[in-house]
Amino acid sequence: MPLNPAFAGRVYPATAPYLVGREKIREFAAAIGDTSCDTDDDPAAPPTFAIALTLRAEVEVVSDPELGLDLTRLLHREQRFEHRRPITDGDELTVTVTISEVGRVGGTDMVTLTSELHTVAGEHVCTTTSTLIAQGDD
Amino acid sequence: MTEPRPQYDAVTPGTALPRLTHVIRRGDLVRYAGASGDLNPIHWSERAATGAGLPTIIAHGMLTMGVAMRLVSDWAGRRAVLECGGRFARPVVVPDDEEGVELVVDGVVAEKLDGSRVRIDLTVRCGGEKVLARPRAVVTLN
Repeated sequence: MPLNPAFAGRVYPATAPYLVGREKIREFAAAIGDTSCDTDDDPAAPPTFAIALTLRAEVEVVSDPELGLDLTRLLHREQRFEHRRPITDGDELTVTVTISEVGRVGGTDMVTLTSELHTVAGEHVCTTTSTLIAQGDD
Repeated sequence: MTEPRPQYDAVTPGTALPRLTHVIRRGDLVRYAGASGDLNPIHWSERAATGAGLPTIIAHGMLTMGVAMRLVSDWAGRRAVLECGGRFARPVVVPDDEEGVELVVDGVVAEKLDGSRVRIDLTVRCGGEKVLARPRAVVTLN
């Protein structure tokens, strides 16, 4: 079943603020094999850390049954990060998700989402772009 | 010990970054799932993975990208990475054994940009095959 094209262009309300903690940064870094902050005391997060906030918000958006995406076949196709500055310990961040594209290529449903991370004070920290897909049976 | 950071004036297109290798085992997927909040069951349930049409459990694309971008952040520092990204071209299949799978990450300075920035083009391989398409980063150097 094709995805609902009416979802393209939708902008969702900002998520509740997420407080970035030092131990969460360490846990995420360790999970990708990065132990550098154990030695240099830099509270900056690894450059892909924003995914811990954005993917959850984006999966919630694409889980709307009205969109028509088959979540049992959900795969991550593409991901980009653009930082104004690194995410650091103590940042309190909201995520604003926009569905920028909805489409189908071959038998694959594709949704492209843009997420903007702002501090609760309104500072723009990072923009991410992700493409999520659900492949057909064939 | 921290390696000295690269200087903008000292790098040229073609400057190679030190190769990084990283082994992923099933347990690493559980760890990444918890750390990232990506609980998609295709990364820990054989039943969910095969039900989604995959041969078996695969690594999170963002685990692969996270490991790959360490090449850049180890070289220039986490704070230096302004942009990064890529496309997940091929799944990284993770067998249920002790050996796991090995990622091999290489990178090269592709272009010097204004504002003391450089673009790094990466190559991310698993079993000799490229698993990320156009993995790139832009970093700012001193």
